Amino acid sequence: MSEHILSSKLYYGIWIALLVLTATTVGVAHIELGPWNVVVALAIASLKAVLVVLFFMHVKYTSEKMTKVIIVSAIFWLLILLALSLSDYATRLWS
Amino acid sequence: MSDSPAAVESRDLALRHHFATQEQQRRAASLGMWLFLSTEIMFFGGMFCAYLIYRRLYYTEFAAGSRSLDVTLGAVNTAVLICSSLTVALGVRAAQMGKRKLLVVLMLLTLVFGVAFLGIKGVEWNSKFKEHHVPGTSFHFEQTALDGKPIDPQHIQLYFSLYFAMTGMHALHMIIGVGMFLYLTYHSWKGRYGPEYFTPVENGGLYWHFVDIVWIYLFPLLYLIDLKK
Repeated sequence: MSEHILSSKLYYGIWIALLVLTATTVGVAHIELGPWNVVVALAIASLKAVLVVLFFMHVKYTSEKMTKVIIVSAIFWLLILLALSLSDYATRLWS
Repeated sequence: MSDSPAAVESRDLALRHHFATQEQQRRAASLGMWLFLSTEIMFFGGMFCAYLIYRRLYYTEFAAGSRSLDVTLGAVNTAVLICSSLTVALGVRAAQMGKRKLLVVLMLLTLVFGVAFLGIKGVEWNSKFKEHHVPGTSFHFEQTALDGKPIDPQHIQLYFSLYFAMTGMHALHMIIGVGMFLYLTYHSWKGRYGPEYFTPVENGGLYWHFVDIVWIYLFPLLYLIDLKK
């Protein structure tokens, strides 16, 4: 009847991974990487978000394909917003 | 026993008549929640877009503003929210298994973490008010240069405007979440949720995890812009 129940060990594993990634992002922020600092910070944040979505929010285990369609289109729309706005600001000669 | 509509209904109180099965009803509710969360992504997306544009234009001021925040408190708050997401995920699991007492304990723990987050955020905001870092007529930023580059007080106010708008909208979502979980705790205590009906716990959980994800992005973008040296 209900979706299958995940082991609590899995949840604790994800929890520890998220805490380790938080410590990592703080640590890396103290190292000079030039323009790569922000890339690494966003990559770690995205990895954390993916872990939360897939495991805590059960998206990895859902059989409902429409949920995945909604998530992918939401991210796609967000990227349109960010990419088009930023490319505009990056390529014009704003004084 | 006759199979009159009233008798059918009494068999399964939680099932609305326009759904064929509990499973169909649960999936529809979950899908609706995801649709709502996609509108939330666009809502926060607008602020993230403004942030990225101004960070690109006024990087020196954003770096200086970021350095004036307390990274330790920000990191602790990130950990607090991650812990609350764990208790929410375990809570949904407890509801699925029909463990009422465990569910109530986990809902209460979530509330403790949620209120702790808001408390720490309040401490941070309070010190910003004391330092006159709140945009407006009394705004004052002591530092006039960073790494030899001059700091424009107008531009650094943009950083703090975005800081207060983004953490403020996030805190508002947390307050709504705490209200939601007070409701869920009460009904968990009453024994309303179990293996055949746990939709409110599941959807409240989805909302809570979403708010956690927003913070996962806010933390590095606001606190960790320029910590080198």
